[in-house]
Amino acid sequence: MGIEILGLPLMYYIAMVAKVLVAFVFVLLTVAYATYAERKIIGHMQVRLGPMRTGWHGLLQPIADGVKLFFKEEIVPSQASTFAFLVAPLIALIPAFITFAVIPFGGVIEVAGYKIPLQIAAYYDTAAGQVFDVNVGVLYILAMSSLGVYGIVLAGWASNSKYSLMGGLRASAQMISYELAAGLSIIAVFMLSGTLSLTKIVELQSGFGGFEWYLFKQPLAAFMFFICSLAEINRTPFDLPEAETELVSGFCTEYSSMKYAMFFMAEYANMVTVCALTVTLFLGGWNGPMAVAIPLLGPVYFVAKVYFLMFVCMWIRATLPRYRYDQLMHLGWKVFIPVALVNIIVTGIIGYLI
Amino acid sequence: METLFFLIISLVALIAAILVVTCKNPINSALALIMTFFCLATYYVMLDAPFMAAVQVMVYAGAIMVLMVFTIMLLNIRVDATKKHSHKLIVASIIGFFTVINLIVVIVKSRAALPTGPFSGDMIKKIGHTELVGREIFTNFLLPFEVTSILLLVAIIGAVILAKKKI
Repeated sequence: MGIEILGLPLMYYIAMVAKVLVAFVFVLLTVAYATYAERKIIGHMQVRLGPMRTGWHGLLQPIADGVKLFFKEEIVPSQASTFAFLVAPLIALIPAFITFAVIPFGGVIEVAGYKIPLQIAAYYDTAAGQVFDVNVGVLYILAMSSLGVYGIVLAGWASNSKYSLMGGLRASAQMISYELAAGLSIIAVFMLSGTLSLTKIVELQSGFGGFEWYLFKQPLAAFMFFICSLAEINRTPFDLPEAETELVSGFCTEYSSMKYAMFFMAEYANMVTVCALTVTLFLGGWNGPMAVAIPLLGPVYFVAKVYFLMFVCMWIRATLPRYRYDQLMHLGWKVFIPVALVNIIVTGIIGYLI
Repeated sequence: METLFFLIISLVALIAAILVVTCKNPINSALALIMTFFCLATYYVMLDAPFMAAVQVMVYAGAIMVLMVFTIMLLNIRVDATKKHSHKLIVASIIGFFTVINLIVVIVKSRAALPTGPFSGDMIKKIGHTELVGREIFTNFLLPFEVTSILLLVAIIGAVILAKKKI
């Protein structure tokens, strides 16, 4: 059918580029307005108004912030190791964005007779009649999140400043510890699903009006995964790497201008990714009433669920004080990892009995 | 399409590999090594082994290299640009030359060039690479797998005992 380039139909390329553009622009916009939403929500929770001056109720605030950061002076400390200092924000930002490649944000839509699954790294095989995606989707996300730690470690080390180094060391210790706990807690889900492909995991959660969600089958795993993910992306109450009262601004103390903005974008992009992954694994992904009959509703449900979880993140930030460092390590190694292991064993036994 | 992609990745891999040995700053060498590992992971994907690719990134780029970077940072090695190590260069180039010849002979002459055995690309695509690896590890290779895990456990205990004077 139609024109073919290097053995693949033209529509394949158009669909891929369109999906990448839509998802990327959408995540970027979400990241920009997440900063605004966070300030507004926390403001209202603390009986303040939040940003009000720029635009109607401060709606243009993210754009103003972006412009301001863009025109700030770029400073590289004279004793910094230049290459690592320049490359660190990029290493933090890129893994945060490319994890989105494997997350399914909708069902299969049909454009001009060509079926397109709404997931970047996936295609619809007409001969087999099903969607093929990266069948190690979750491992890919875990692998990418383990790369994100380099950005922070390098930023801390390359700045050649005590506060930065302390922030970097704390961040990496925290991220490595909680990566383990997060990885172990979702193994229980794979024991139920029997696959690592995110498309199939979403399919398995589609029945019974939401009661097939893994949230109800694995409540402990869902709870632990969400908390461990918060710790892994350094959100409050686990934001020790940039504890203002102790470390000025942690690993990004010496950064200014767009490089500082990149760290911030990475943090919020990580938040979007973590929420999207939690939605996919535990909250049924893009499933919802009528989602199969009307394919365009899928992304709407998905985005609604992701925004709800992001709201929960901000809610936590407004409510809870910061953990102490030893409490954090205790919680990760002596509570979450053993509980996750017990959860795996219990799931295994129940799976064997049923 | 795949050939083009292979060439681009190979170019990146080669440049990164050369940077590993030529960089003056050890941290930059480590970064280049991570890049090389990443390119290796891409090769695994092209060879229909996505599980290997994910593990390659997670274990080598994600875990082992973090430790290496930490060690380099904490040792705080000074950049040593003036010293020359010419004698090592000669020995290393001789070893490298013979390794390359050996590799070429192995690839061209041996059975490595022909895919034989029950695990073909189509079969991996149908069943899934992770499932196949898991099944093999927990059935045919169960004993080696368990022995390796005991070995790792012993290594961890040894490291803890060496690192902690007072337990």
